[in-house]
Amino acid sequence: MALLIQSEEVISREGDQMPIVEPSASETLSTVSTPMVSSSPVIERVYRHRLPVRISHWLNVPFLIILIMSGLQIFNAHPALYWGDRSDRDQALLTIKPVQSESGEVKGITTVLDHQFDTTGVLGYSDGMRRAFPAWATIPSAKWLAMGRQWHLFFAWLFVINGLIFTAYAFASRHATRDLAPTGKDLRGIGKSLRDHLLLRHPSGKEAKRYNVLQKLAYACILFGMAPLIVLTGLAMSPTIDTAFPWLLTIFGGRQAARTIHFVACSSFVGFIVIHVLQVILTGFFNNIRSMVTGWFVVQHKGVHHEV
Amino acid sequence: MKSERAMERRRFLKGTLGAASLVALSGCDNLTQSSWLPSILSKAARWTETVQRAVTPKDALAKEYGEADISKIFPANGNTDPGTEQYAGHVAQNFSEWMLEVVGLVQTPRSWSLAALKELPSRTQITRHDCVEGWSAIGKWTGVPVSDLMHHVEPLPNARYAVFHCADVDDEGLAYYESIAVADCYHPQTILAYELNSSPLDVPHGAPLRLRFERQLGYKQAKYVMKIELVESLAGIGGGKGGYWEDQGYEWYAGI
Repeated sequence: MALLIQSEEVISREGDQMPIVEPSASETLSTVSTPMVSSSPVIERVYRHRLPVRISHWLNVPFLIILIMSGLQIFNAHPALYWGDRSDRDQALLTIKPVQSESGEVKGITTVLDHQFDTTGVLGYSDGMRRAFPAWATIPSAKWLAMGRQWHLFFAWLFVINGLIFTAYAFASRHATRDLAPTGKDLRGIGKSLRDHLLLRHPSGKEAKRYNVLQKLAYACILFGMAPLIVLTGLAMSPTIDTAFPWLLTIFGGRQAARTIHFVACSSFVGFIVIHVLQVILTGFFNNIRSMVTGWFVVQHKGVHHEV
Repeated sequence: MKSERAMERRRFLKGTLGAASLVALSGCDNLTQSSWLPSILSKAARWTETVQRAVTPKDALAKEYGEADISKIFPANGNTDPGTEQYAGHVAQNFSEWMLEVVGLVQTPRSWSLAALKELPSRTQITRHDCVEGWSAIGKWTGVPVSDLMHHVEPLPNARYAVFHCADVDDEGLAYYESIAVADCYHPQTILAYELNSSPLDVPHGAPLRLRFERQLGYKQAKYVMKIELVESLAGIGGGKGGYWEDQGYEWYAGI
């Protein structure tokens, strides 16, 4: 705690003298910033996230949690996935079900491509209930498909509207092209970045001001790949939308295939969220949270290293 | 020092996350029980209906499949036998006395025997049935287009909904019914089917007549249809929400 307070004192002191750095202008940052030559770390405040990005980000927190959890409620109504247009029970890619043994014991069995796993306690059978996903993972917690659909289809609208506004903003403000699209140089350094990430070595100083290549790829994939994919596969499950846009079924390989892709895309969102939150914690939790709340991010430059 | 702080932070975060998920879940459960939230959530169905109707051409057909695509097993869901004495009597007579009535806000109410319906021009369609639970099955349906029946009875201008009254009752004695917009009765794929996969409909699949309304979910496909009633408002019928499942919280607009 002591360390944190100290650094905040430095910030407020610096804040008076530091020019406000324009957000996203990564190329110009090093020229306007004025790292001082001293042996103690130099602290620079960077306005990292603009207001529309911050609002859109925080709206997505409840939206995604509700969509994922109500989605699992809907999944529980028919806990199996297939390819194609039909759900032939003997052709399932994945099933999660309770199985009662001869001794009367109930187990949760998850079957993926004919490989069986005992997932008792979490999937198939949990807390004495026969249900695919456990009560703590679904909205509502009790088995209630109609209400799960109401939550899901309401927040799906909000998620789509938020996504469309964000996308319009990201392209109009060039946030997408400047901050999110990886450059050729970024892509050439992907091996090093991957190694650094695996060793939990995080960029500092100037490097920390902009997104690194894996970060850019992760954000760009989730925002412009997975998000549209999850919306389109969701729409492809609508029988009315299928009559208006029959090509949706063609590109996804059928209504049940769309449902499977929807589930896989949701899993990738869950994976993204886990890694994202982990990275937020590992790379300076309070600094990261502050930057997404107020916009201001603090970069520490090593004292002896100066660029001017 | 440092690791101690890290551990403290980790404990704090774990506690916070645990508490947050608990709050989120119990919060959502509380909101679900509240009087106001479900009525806001249900607004989404209106937006969905408005937008879907706007982007979907009125006569756009649901995809029709080939013979090879037909499901080997077409699951029978919901009530699989009305179980009443009266219905059992019809089964015994092979539905020879079954009558379909079309009443309500129409110029000329009429009724047809099953044999008379089968003499009307028929339509055969191989379509996908999408259950609200998530599964899909493909079947070949043959039946009489509801639009032909409408041309016979001539709906009055104030008729907005066609209510399908069914022969089945649930364990508590509630009669099954469904409703669709009168406008949707004129869609070419909206038929009253009497055959599934070239055989007369069997009891589990809704003998002798069931609605096929291909652009919406399975629960709209009313089985055991005895009567079509054209009305201006759904209030006063069943629970007032337009259908057996709608009265239990499912959306009346089942396009998604």
